[in-house]
Amino acid sequence: MTRGLEIDCDELVEVVTDYLEGTLDADTRRRFTEHLELCDGCDTYVEQMRETVRVTGTLAEGDLRPDMRDKLLAAFRGWKAGTTPSA
Amino acid sequence: MGLTDPDANAGPTSATRRRGRPWTRRVTYPRGAVGDGNTPHRTGTRAIGVATRLARLTPMSAGRRQAEHRSARFRFVEVRQSTPAGSAPDAADARLVQALRDGDESTFTELVERLTPTMLAVAVGYVPSRTVAEEVVQETWLAVLTGLDRFEGRSSLRTWVFGILLNVARSRGVRERRSVPFSSAFPEDETGPTVDPGRFRPRGDEWPGHWATPPRQWDLPEAALLSREVRTRLRAALDVLPPRQRTVVHLRDVQGLDADEVCALLGIEPGNQRVLLHRGRARLRQVLEDYMDEARA
Repeated sequence: MTRGLEIDCDELVEVVTDYLEGTLDADTRRRFTEHLELCDGCDTYVEQMRETVRVTGTLAEGDLRPDMRDKLLAAFRGWKAGTTPSA
Repeated sequence: MGLTDPDANAGPTSATRRRGRPWTRRVTYPRGAVGDGNTPHRTGTRAIGVATRLARLTPMSAGRRQAEHRSARFRFVEVRQSTPAGSAPDAADARLVQALRDGDESTFTELVERLTPTMLAVAVGYVPSRTVAEEVVQETWLAVLTGLDRFEGRSSLRTWVFGILLNVARSRGVRERRSVPFSSAFPEDETGPTVDPGRFRPRGDEWPGHWATPPRQWDLPEAALLSREVRTRLRAALDVLPPRQRTVVHLRDVQGLDADEVCALLGIEPGNQRVLLHRGRARLRQVLEDYMDEARA
């Protein structure tokens, strides 16, 4: 088959995570990267998956309800009061 | 890295009661996270200076990084060899643990802010309600504090905390009669393609299976991509993912845990973990694409 056409776009989008995780076998990886070189749609798709992962990584903070935080902080103070630091 | 052992957190062990404090309930810990409370590094770590500790720790961290792309089994062997039981925790984790032992409130608050949303998102998959999930999270934090002396750095502090969370959530799930292994906890979330088949050219077309409606580049300035609105949308989409996908995406992408750490914590195979991660990420990407298209319109 022609270089870059050994994998279809609808197949490629299903193995993007395997590609990003580095778990594709050598042959599939070669077909994947050859396809990316000539397919703007797939190139964009893969890039957007990377961006999605990156934005998801910014969600770690700022989502805790204040009452939950207060409860946990109260528990921490209780623990602290009942313990001898570093003893 | 005790938790890379697939069985490391399978069997619950009861924690020792400590001085009968009212909140010290019977909790379970990942087996790999429970030490004898008197390992050599605990006394040793305190006796040596920070510089020495860092110098000792650097090779181990480098080894962990190098092992990143290897298979779980391969890596398990290597990490075991380079991280003998009772070795000092990662330098940053060691500082965190010491600050917590010293009763430093801002360290605790920071850790709580960073981990609790994921802990809640994971816990709701094991218990019947949000209220019970919140209790599970509170119980976990108390178990973390009372168990600090048993943290030996065989896993990262974060992974250790999630290991405790999962054990508390599972045992609570048993009591609430809702305990099933993660791998079979939910019917197959969904199967089939992760991208709408209508976006590809049909069979019989000159280029079947190739894009008919390719994604448009987002081309957004950094600030716009990370805007409050985008993050709010994404968070909402994450909250409504099927539970197993949500758990894996939270642990991998929100918290940044390694694939093999997540497999060990959840007791799932690497291939299964990747499928769940892929489906979750694909869904979130679609939500972002929809948002970008709306914004352009």
